[in-house]
Amino acid sequence: MNPHGGQRRTFQRRRKTCPFSGDNAPVIDYKDVKLLLRFTSERGKIVPSRITAVSAKKQRELAKAIKRARFLGLMPYILK
Amino acid sequence: MPLYEHVFLARQDITAQQNSALQKQFQTIIEENGGQIGKTEYWGVKGLNYRIRKNRKAHFSLMNINAPYEAVAEMERQMSLSSDVLRFLTIRVDELDDKPSAMMKRADERGDRGDRGDRGDRGDRRGPRRDRGDRGDRPARSDNQSEGGNE
Repeated sequence: MNPHGGQRRTFQRRRKTCPFSGDNAPVIDYKDVKLLLRFTSERGKIVPSRITAVSAKKQRELAKAIKRARFLGLMPYILK
Repeated sequence: MPLYEHVFLARQDITAQQNSALQKQFQTIIEENGGQIGKTEYWGVKGLNYRIRKNRKAHFSLMNINAPYEAVAEMERQMSLSSDVLRFLTIRVDELDDKPSAMMKRADERGDRGDRGDRGDRGDRRGPRRDRGDRGDRPARSDNQSEGGNE
């Protein structure tokens, strides 16, 4: 049974936390391509933090790491 | 002295030995100018995501450098003159990481798929799903098809 009254609109979104904060969180590094790829879209664009729930500080770090990896050819600028 | 992390990409046509000779050459430039080299890594020939000077692959090498700026500047100048070096990236870091980088780790872990980390975020889902529309009429069943199988 739905504890919130059973109405369709009372869907509650769980508060998401930043994947780079807290204990044993991954370190953002331009060499860790596998990690960075999780934060890019299918076309290779950086996914906005409002979707990935990365904190603003970490998002700046992440964007920089992705751009470095792109410069070295480790990640695509664009995928068609 | 400031600490740097340096990655350079060499042309795909040279051999691994030539690449390590190239790396030696740049190391001596640093050392002659009063710097030290820490960890070095060779990531091997990796495919590039886009072509750089008509190369689809490149030799990747990493060096940890502890050197005055002038030494690094001289090395970068030599690199930009060298026709074998496609691209380089020097990043100043607060501390050098002596452990093998993520690049090396991944090569070791290949094969066992045990720890794949948590899955990426699934994005924002827009509330509960609405009722599906009508499926439309299905074509009439033909009886000989539904009874097939036994003879």
